[in-house]
Amino acid sequence: MALYLCLVGIVPVFSERPLIDDVVSLGQAFILLTGLLAGYVAATRAPGDPADRSTPITLAAGIIGGTLTGLAVTVLVLIGAVIDLRAIIQPASPALYDVLTLELGVAGAWVPTAVGGALGALAAASLLVPPLVRRSLAIGLGALVLLGLFAGLLRTPMLGSPLSALGRLLFAPEGLTAVGAVLTVVAVTGVDLLLRVLDVRRRIGDLSQSQRRTALPPVLVFALVVILLLPQGLGPFFAQVVALVALYILMGLGLNITLGLAGLLDLGFVAFFAVGAYTVGLLTSTAEFGIAQWPFWAAIPFAVLIAMLFGAFLGLPILGIRGDYLAIATLGFGEIIRILAGSDLLKPILGGPRGIINIPKPIDVPPDHFLAGAQQIYYISLICAGIIAFVALRLRDSRLGRAWVAIREDEDVAEAMGVNLVHTKLLAYMLGAAFAGLGGAIFAALIGSIFASSIQLFVSINVVALIIVGGMGSIPGVVLGAVFLIGLPELFREFSEYRFLFYGIALILMMRLRPEGLLPSRIVRREMHLPDNVEPHGAPVGSQVAAEAQERA
Amino acid sequence: MYASRMERLTDIAINATLWTFRIAVVIVVVVGSLLTLATGKFSPATWLQLALDGATLGSIYALIALGYTMVYGILRMINFAHGEIFMSGAFGGYFAAVALAGTGVLNANPLGTLFSIILMIIVAVIIAVTLSVLVERIAYRPLRNAPRLVPLISAIGASFFLQYTVRGLVGPGIFAYPAVEVLSQDIGLPFVRVQWVDVLVIVSAVLMMAGLYLFVQRTKLGTAIRAVSEDKATAALMGIDVNRAIVTTFVLGAAMAGAAGVLYGLVFRQVFFFTGFIPGIKAFTAAVLGGIGNIPGAMLGGLFLGEVESIGPTLFLTGLQVPSPNQLKDVVAFTLLVLVLIFRPSGLLGERVTRQRA
Repeated sequence: MALYLCLVGIVPVFSERPLIDDVVSLGQAFILLTGLLAGYVAATRAPGDPADRSTPITLAAGIIGGTLTGLAVTVLVLIGAVIDLRAIIQPASPALYDVLTLELGVAGAWVPTAVGGALGALAAASLLVPPLVRRSLAIGLGALVLLGLFAGLLRTPMLGSPLSALGRLLFAPEGLTAVGAVLTVVAVTGVDLLLRVLDVRRRIGDLSQSQRRTALPPVLVFALVVILLLPQGLGPFFAQVVALVALYILMGLGLNITLGLAGLLDLGFVAFFAVGAYTVGLLTSTAEFGIAQWPFWAAIPFAVLIAMLFGAFLGLPILGIRGDYLAIATLGFGEIIRILAGSDLLKPILGGPRGIINIPKPIDVPPDHFLAGAQQIYYISLICAGIIAFVALRLRDSRLGRAWVAIREDEDVAEAMGVNLVHTKLLAYMLGAAFAGLGGAIFAALIGSIFASSIQLFVSINVVALIIVGGMGSIPGVVLGAVFLIGLPELFREFSEYRFLFYGIALILMMRLRPEGLLPSRIVRREMHLPDNVEPHGAPVGSQVAAEAQERA
Repeated sequence: MYASRMERLTDIAINATLWTFRIAVVIVVVVGSLLTLATGKFSPATWLQLALDGATLGSIYALIALGYTMVYGILRMINFAHGEIFMSGAFGGYFAAVALAGTGVLNANPLGTLFSIILMIIVAVIIAVTLSVLVERIAYRPLRNAPRLVPLISAIGASFFLQYTVRGLVGPGIFAYPAVEVLSQDIGLPFVRVQWVDVLVIVSAVLMMAGLYLFVQRTKLGTAIRAVSEDKATAALMGIDVNRAIVTTFVLGAAMAGAAGVLYGLVFRQVFFFTGFIPGIKAFTAAVLGGIGNIPGAMLGGLFLGEVESIGPTLFLTGLQVPSPNQLKDVVAFTLLVLVLIFRPSGLLGERVTRQRA
């Protein structure tokens, strides 16, 4: 029963995946992944008690799962050979079939089924090896995908350095070489295995307070240097991307106060983003609609202040309503502001679709300076994000912060305990609005112009999604969420086509599996001052740390 | 004390803002309308025409709103993906229409057209219902007892998933519904231009809503749905299959939305992957307007919203010298949404749910 159920869930996902990528290797990686997943799920849900299930049954379940998933693709190929599906399903093109059948045409229709079966068997077999090895292997494969994605980016600087030979060995112009792939998997799996066998985490945990304190500064300094050097040397495109990520970190931290601490789902974040952006645009632009031609730094406080006032003005009436109604009301606000910005009504002031152009950069430097263009935006965003993070941390532990958390947990109880709901919510909402305005202001400087078309619902959705995926109320979570949800789609065009599809899946999966996010705020970990070397696989790390804390207690 | 003084200040500010909102809206509505009427630019026939368009649009909103209102009534949850269910229905109808137009049945004779439209609606309903049941199963049911924010976020995820799945499947382009000649003909009333499509939309919407009302009021399953809406635990104790009642609710809502998708396609003649978003929010507005959880309320709210959206921009804004007021029809609709949420969250007919039952 359970086996069929999971297949029903997986098959449609599968038949949809291949439509996604025009990059063959990555597309095929997705297909392979679904085969593995189907095999794995089928094998873990095979009949019988997991503990004493016989090897043949596990293997058979894996093979059946993988084969069925592959069979769906085979059927797709066969149908596609007879009927041209493109009338309805656009991506069902001959190119897709070529990818699926290894360019064998209809004769190769068996390929997906066979591959699916093999992968299913492989996944089932992985259940038979010790969990330690399985986990390390999974991390090795993850590293393979990650390195493969970043290959093009890493190769260029490596060729110009003493590491040139290594760069050539590992990376093709796009993706890893075969040698590189094998080396990566072996090396990462090996190292991870070694670390796990030696139980390094436990040892770090066992270090005394003073030992850890001496170890901390070098780690911090190293991290700081990496963060500071990030936008340098990898070209203006990369700098633009990291600047955008930093900007979203800033806005994520801002909304984190509203959503993460006070639990107000604000889907109209873009409204205040727009207010900040247009304020800066109006005040600084040297072109048609500029009214003051101030420098950026003089305009920033006004942008924040006006966004905050807007937050107060819009927040006052609607904060009496609660929960999901608030989400819809804020969504309505976002849409109202978006439509107004592009309308003929405000065109004489805001320029309508033509927008405000010639917004100067905050720091005026020659084009080849290390602070030119997006780099300076990156640093400014980071500094602002740092300030917001500090404010948020201090606020969280304050009386106000505890009132927010109380409201998030239960409004009625909070009110009974003497928390003034509207007053407290209003402060959270205004702070969120202020930081959204700051984000919008910096965004205007980054792009150098502000158009009505920049004011889109997806700005709000991006910010909400990155907070939820990263972990509500958690600062590292916001950073992680921004890197994954903003950085990846911006860096890789194939991703950006489907980013909202991934968001959708991510939101549902997160709510079902881990509603607290990948890196939830954990007071325990902050107190232990562990260096922040957490990998994206948040789950095992989190539970381990918690378990360790319990053990020691 | 500092805190209480701050709080008193906030209270004053809230009241001041609320009154400013009230007064501003009244001024815009009254002054705008008077000025517009004073210009004499529009004849009574124009207003009648706008009212008719509003009724057509409102019927579609009402059909979608039923899905929101029933699901909210039973689960206390905003089914954010409902707009996408509507959109998928519109796409189902589109592909059926293209196939039918290809065989020539669509425009062969009035009987063929009627048959085609019924077929389109059936296809749309099947697709919409299937998707809706899947969404309920995968994204909502496992979260039924979670905190309120959790299913809402999951619903937003489902909404994006459906939107971009459709985009991935059919591409980002705008698809033009095949022309149905009979529908764009005038039925020949004096003063106003009533097309057959208006008649089709209004009549079929009324028929479906009447059917739904009878189903919910008269049948055993309908009674089960009402019982579960009142109190899930007690209903379960009375031997009602709660899951079955909930799934039925989703099926009914999706069927209405799917049919509304086809009607929308026939009226506006185009559909694309983002089609569901704005009508979805507006239909939700209609549901709140009528009092969420209240089935006749959703019908009334839909019609009211359709009329306000159709007549409002011209009536209120033309007199205030706002250029191209029709650009702002969504602003009018969303302002209405916010106003209702602030001043009458119980809606026109409903009980006061935002505080007590929410």
